[in-house]
This record gives sequence, structure tokens and C-alpha cells, in this order.
Amino acid sequence: MLKSTPFHARTSALVRAQTWRRWNGYQVGSAYDPHPDREYAAVRNAAALFDVSPLCKYLISGPDAMRLLDRMVTRDVSKCAVGQVLYTPWCDIHGKVVDDGTISRLDQGTYRLTSAEPQLRWLSMSGIGMDVNVDDISECTGALALQGPLSRDILAALSPDDIASLKYFRLMSTTLGGVPVTVSRTGYTGDLGYEIWVDAEKAVALWDALMAKGAWFGIVPAGIWALDIARIEAGLVMADVDYHSAHRAHIEAQKSSPLELNLGWTVSAKKGPFTGRAALAAEREKGPEWSFVGISVNWESLEALYRVHGLPPQLPTVAWRTSTPVYRGGDQIGYASSGCWSPLLKEYLALAHIRAPHFAPGTRVNIEITVEHERRQAAAVVRKLPFFDPERKKA
Amino acid sequence: MSAARYDAIIIGGGHNGLVAAAYLARAGRKVLVLEKRPVVGGAAVTEEIFPGFKFSVFSYVVSLLRPEIIRDLDLPRHGLQILPLESTVTPLDNGDYLGSWADPDENRRELSRHSPRDAEAMIQFGRLMQHMALAVKPILGMVPPDPASLAPSDLAGLLKLGTHFRSLGAERFHALFKLMTMSSADYLDEWFEFDALKATKSASGIIGTFLGPRSPGSAYVLLHHYMGEIDGAFRAWGFQKGGTGAISNSIASAARAFGAEIRTDAGVEKVIVKDGRATGVALSSGDEISAPLVVSCLDPRRTFTQLVDTKDLPDDLVEGVRRYKFRGSSGKVNLALDGLPDLTCLPGYGPHLRGAISISPSLSYLERAYDDAKYGEFSRHPYMDIVIPSMIDPQMAPPGKHVMSIFVQYAPYHLNGGWTDAKRDAFGDAVVDTLAQYAPNIKKLILHRQVLTPLDIERITGLSEGNIFQGELALHQLFFLRPVPEWAKYNTPIKGYWQCGAGTHPGGGIMGASGRLAALEMLHRTRAGS
Repeated sequence: MLKSTPFHARTSALVRAQTWRRWNGYQVGSAYDPHPDREYAAVRNAAALFDVSPLCKYLISGPDAMRLLDRMVTRDVSKCAVGQVLYTPWCDIHGKVVDDGTISRLDQGTYRLTSAEPQLRWLSMSGIGMDVNVDDISECTGALALQGPLSRDILAALSPDDIASLKYFRLMSTTLGGVPVTVSRTGYTGDLGYEIWVDAEKAVALWDALMAKGAWFGIVPAGIWALDIARIEAGLVMADVDYHSAHRAHIEAQKSSPLELNLGWTVSAKKGPFTGRAALAAEREKGPEWSFVGISVNWESLEALYRVHGLPPQLPTVAWRTSTPVYRGGDQIGYASSGCWSPLLKEYLALAHIRAPHFAPGTRVNIEITVEHERRQAAAVVRKLPFFDPERKKA
Repeated sequence: MSAARYDAIIIGGGHNGLVAAAYLARAGRKVLVLEKRPVVGGAAVTEEIFPGFKFSVFSYVVSLLRPEIIRDLDLPRHGLQILPLESTVTPLDNGDYLGSWADPDENRRELSRHSPRDAEAMIQFGRLMQHMALAVKPILGMVPPDPASLAPSDLAGLLKLGTHFRSLGAERFHALFKLMTMSSADYLDEWFEFDALKATKSASGIIGTFLGPRSPGSAYVLLHHYMGEIDGAFRAWGFQKGGTGAISNSIASAARAFGAEIRTDAGVEKVIVKDGRATGVALSSGDEISAPLVVSCLDPRRTFTQLVDTKDLPDDLVEGVRRYKFRGSSGKVNLALDGLPDLTCLPGYGPHLRGAISISPSLSYLERAYDDAKYGEFSRHPYMDIVIPSMIDPQMAPPGKHVMSIFVQYAPYHLNGGWTDAKRDAFGDAVVDTLAQYAPNIKKLILHRQVLTPLDIERITGLSEGNIFQGELALHQLFFLRPVPEWAKYNTPIKGYWQCGAGTHPGGGIMGASGRLAALEMLHRTRAGS
């Protein structure tokens, strides 16, 4: 039996087509409507409410809390102020990514780490000899992501505090409809948005407060299908889809470094020792072998492939996650790991791992498309990520 | 007169004029767009006609905007954002309703309540219409060849057309021919038995046209709607965030990014013609601006009989334009609401309020609505296509309040005794009274009411006789006959004077195709030196 999240009492009543899926041992809705169109639209138009409780969450405290995290992850945690949030990957000793997530500094000596997969063992291995407490608060903490251009209005209408002035990647403690929460201006959609952290027993009350006030602002509960489209447009990497944890990969070739995932900006060049530092420094020196880039498929080319069969282009209605070859001049130069039709940008987009030296933006490539059971190639172009980056995200 | 600083002047900043401007500017031409109103967009404008409430005043949904234009002009980066409009609900006279939902299974189950046979037929019908739309699609992207001409370009065009139709195969070609000639009621009778379904579907065949569902030729306009649905694969169907004015603004923004200049509050009085050649325009302000290329995006009547002197034109063209049918047949009622309507057939809040509500309970209802108009009256019980844009884009109205857009047919331009303020009010009352039969709480929700008759549409936008398509989308006014034979390729007998807009091929709706085709044709011809 899969676990259910603290919001299950509400979400389970909404999944109309019983489109459930697994996420880290939990059951969550792929979509509440049979199709994710409206849920996705809410992300870019109003506000979408995602249940992201299956994320792993750890409370790290004690005199060495900062030291532990700084030692484990690639970013400089000593620079993280109280009330600040960092996005960061962390690596094994060979500089290959183990997982990625956020670090929130809740107060002087307390941090919250989120991760896609359980990290309790890795945290204890990284903290040997340190004076630090690690509490797994995954099950007793509910998490919601409220994402979209009107998300701020909804929170402002529910909170007695000045949420409107909360800056990008900052957090605050407040109440929403009387429920104590922490709110961070973070998310996985590349839009204006917030993540809200709540004690599991207050989860349903929080959901109800958000839905009631949100009705005036077009709030829509949304599932993973909608999230997946938004995060592809935002060029955000997904663990287990776009890369495999170094702890799970069976062979070296299945592992990726942060530099290969377009996450070079998260690898501090100045801070003290951390896991993978030497390997990453060496890799940076000679330049990564791969890059993680955007691919935009040329529509006319796609149309031509289908026209042969008397058909308009047939695209999947939800994002795909099937490894798909990318070619240049007849040679395979990489593979796309996820992709979707972007309802907002009206483009067929993919996220791809491309080998040096073929990953410069503007490089013309081909991507494999199966048309009526036949493997074909459509023209495409390498694009800089993110595909979509609205000003409101940080404004 | 100032020196020619512009390569081209575009008269009318409707969406087609803006598209044409963007394509010309993209090709490096210096372009000036002149719009008489303070806002660009023509019939695709968003205005705050009541404080805090924004309305797509005229055109209110988008289904046909050509995907190639979206791509070429990079419109999403300039603000194009189309939100899904997922359902249609038709309240029935017996207190039940007919729903059309986004999910095919939910849709089939709903239709089966009324007719299991129709539920099956719908799947095949949808497939056929998709084939028909694919068959027509290339025509939307071509400059109409003249079948009476022996010019190589016309012959090549006809050959291309012939080859295309041959490739359809006999079955699809015959189906297309029937679709082009039958009435929508007859056509739908071949497929379906449930009256309200046929009525609701046939309604799209009469929009903007002075025809009833039983009038031959109305089936073709049905197809126009399915064009949007095959583009549904690219999902370009729905409601523009911020209203249809935001589409116009996105095209204007793209045009400006390519270097075009757009002037509002700049009405054009006359096109200046010297020795059979257009040399510029005279503004209502008295200013004159010169350019070797002048493009009218106004309707054919204004283009040929008002902006220029008819003595500069051949008689048969002038006569053709005189016979060209406008006959505006629709009106619009925009309501600012204090809350949501409560439908008797589907009480309370529900997904139906996010989609269209169609007042089309039966074919006879629509035909009777047409009967009123045929004899010079507005429909006592009109066909109405209702949407609540604030349910899709909450920023259209203050929190908790709503805007409602009601497209109404029939409201004939040529009303017996003419339109007056009292007649306008009576028309508005007929609309609200009819709606109140299905949503009794509507009257007490109304904070503000804007009623637009065809005469108002003409007065505000300049569309002759208030026809929303710059002339009826009837078979005798389509393709190489639009607006008149021999002059369907965007050029005119006056050198340097061009026409574009819904009055030219391929017609109306927020499609942009005529703006694009006209611009490409101008670039092609002027490069060739004519």
C-alpha cells in the first residue's frame, strides 16, 4: 500500500479520472481533471496548487549544522542568511550528482533540507564526528506549492503579515487562515510562486483556507502532469528523469556532474572542502563533456513528416520521459530526456543532454520522432535554458 | 507634403493590418500603421467600459489565428497566451441540458443520455470534419488563383489546387462539395437525431451571416470552426488572457519589434492618387503622409468607394463592391456582474461556467430567430453564445465579480424603422429576458450593461453595416470571389494601392491570414517591380 499525503482527504475527492501515480512511495494525482490543460494554464494565468508533500524533508540543527551542509552540497552554505533558501545539488566524491533540493535557513542554527530521495544515510555519513541533529520530518510535514501570477494575491489575502514583500528565494513564518506555516518564495515552475510548509495535522485546514480564498483568484488544484510541463518550460532538471543519482546508477555513463546538468552556477569555486570538490575543479578546468540544454523542434519539419501520411502532427498530450536520440550530421550527439508541447510558447520543446562541442545555442540538430511506426528525424535547434523566464518570477 | 519616410502605410490597425505591418517590417520595409481609434485591434480590443471590468468588446474568442503567424512573429513572447475554453452547455426547454465536455469519454457519456446513436456518430463526424479541415487548410494559406485567367501564376495556382483536390480521393472530395453547398441543418440531419445537438452545432454555421440554419451554404461556416479544432492539436483554441485586445497588442508589439510605427487617433480621410498611382494618404487632421505603398485594411466598401474616388476604378469592380453583401446580423451584449449566473438546468457553481453557454435549444428556435430578422426585426428569442471570461482569466473583473460576453444573433443592420436608443434598449432587454429564462438570477446581478447593435459596431469600429467579417462569409463571396472576381489577390487597379482584411481571402475571425498573405504578395510583387 502506498502512503498518502497529509492532504489526501481533500485531494482524493478531486482526482476525477483516478489518475494516480507514485512519487517517492506516496500516491499522488497526475491530474485532477482527466486532462492537465486547465491545471497547467493556472500556473501561467492564475494560481495552481500542488501537493508536494512526498519530497523528503530534514531538519538539521546543532552547532555543526551549517558545517555539515556546507561539506555535503556544492553551494556555499555559509553565505545562506537566516530566512534565505538555496537551491543546490550534492555529489559523491567523484563529483557526480547524488540528489538536488533546497536548503532553508530557518533560524541561526536550524536548516531544512529537501531532497527527491531519502538522504538520511548520506547526511550521517557526511556528518561523522560533527555535533549535529538530523530529524527526518518528511511524514509529519505537509508541503504545498502555490504557483502562478496570482499566487501572491492569494497569500496576501490570507496572511496578517507582509507576504507581498517576500523576495525570491527567501522565507518567512506566518499564518495563513490562522494556520501556522512557513512560506518560501520557491517552486518548480519558473513562475511567481511559493512553497508552504505545514504540520501534517494542520494540512487539511491549510488546504481549505487556500481553496476558499483562492476561488476569487482562479486557484486550481493541479497534478504532476501540469507541473511537468511547467518545469520543462522553466528548464528545471528532474531527478530520476533527466539524471540518475550517482547512488543508483549501475554504470559510470549513467551518472552526471552538476556541470553536465547546466548547474555549474551552483558549484562554488571559493568555499572550503566539500564532497566532490577536487573532481569538479578538474572537470571545470578541462570543460564538461556534456551539457544540459533546451531543444526546440522545427514545426514545419514536423508537419512535413506527418504530411506524408496525410496527417497533422500528433503530439503527446502530456510530457514524455523517454530517452530520445539527438543527431547532428548523421551522428548521434546526445539524447533528450524529457519533452512536451508548450501550450504557452506554442513550441515543441525538449530537455537534452548534448555532447561537446555541439551544445552551443543555435546549433542545428535533428531529433528522432516516430511517425506512423517509422523512425524519422525532425529538424531542431539547441536553445539556452530556461525557455520561459517571466519577470514576475523574481519581481 | 513631407518627404516619403515610409515604404508603406497601412490604413487600419485591426489585427490583419497589424499582421501585414509586422510581415512588411520583418522584410525590412519602413511601415506606418494608422488607426483612427485610440486603441489598436479593430474588432479585437479589450476595453474597461465599466470601472474594474474588462471586456473583449466585440470579438471574444480565438480559434483560427494561423499557427505560422504565431511562429513567424513569435507572438507568445509578445503576450499571446491562449487559455482553454473547454466546454459548451446548451440549456434545454425541458429543464435538462446538453453538455459538450473536453474529455471524450465524459462527452460521449453525456451525449448518450440524449442519444446513444449520436454519441457514436459524433466520433465519426469529428473525424470527417478533421479531414475536411485538412482539405481546406492549404486554401487558407494561398493567394486565390483566378480561374478565368490564363496568366502563368494563376494556372500554376489552379494546378496546385486541382492536384490537392485530386489527392483527397473521391469520398472526401464529395463530402467537401456537400459541405460547401448544403445548409447546416440538412448536413447535420445526415449525421444526428438529437435536435439540441444539431441546433448547437449549426449555430456556428450562422454566426456573422444573414442565413438561418436551413439556408443553403451555411454548412461551410461550420467547417470554419473545425479549422480551429485541428489546430487544437497545437491548442490555439480558446480565450486570450486579457481579452482579444491582448492578441492585437501582441501583434502590435511584434510589429514594433520589427521596426513598424503605429499611430493611434490617426484616421485616414483619403488615399492620394496621382496618375493612377497611390502616393500617400490624407489624414482627418489634414496632414498628408506619402508612401509608395498604401494598404487599406478596411472593408471593401470603404477601400473602394470611400478612401478612393470610384472614377479611378473600373465600373465592374465598383459594381461588384456595391453588390457585395454586408448585412450585419449580430449584436453583442456585455455585462458586468455582481456574481455568477445560476442556471436552472445546472444550479450553482460548476465547470459549465468556465465554458460557453449556448442558447440554441432547437433548430426551430434558431430558424424562428432568423425569421424575425428576415422581416426586419431583431430576434425576440435570439441565439446567444455566452462566455464568462472572468471565470477563465480572473483579472478581467474585480475579485468575486464577473464579466459576461453575449454574442447575439439576429440583430439586422437594416432594422424596420432603423435603430434608435429605444430599440437598442429593447434589444438588450430581449437578450437579458431570454437569458433570464435559463438563469433567473441574472437580472439582479447586472451592475452594468453595454448593448451593441450592428449600427454601434459600424459606428465604433467602422465595419460597414456592422458585419463582423467585413462582408458575409457566403459561398458567392469566398476565395477568388472575395471581395470581387479578378480582384481577390490583394492588389487593386490603382498601382501601389493594396487591400487586406477580413473582406479579402480567407475571411473573418481572428485569423490574421489575409494580413499575412497580402503582405507576402506585396513583397513578392513589389520585388518583381510592378
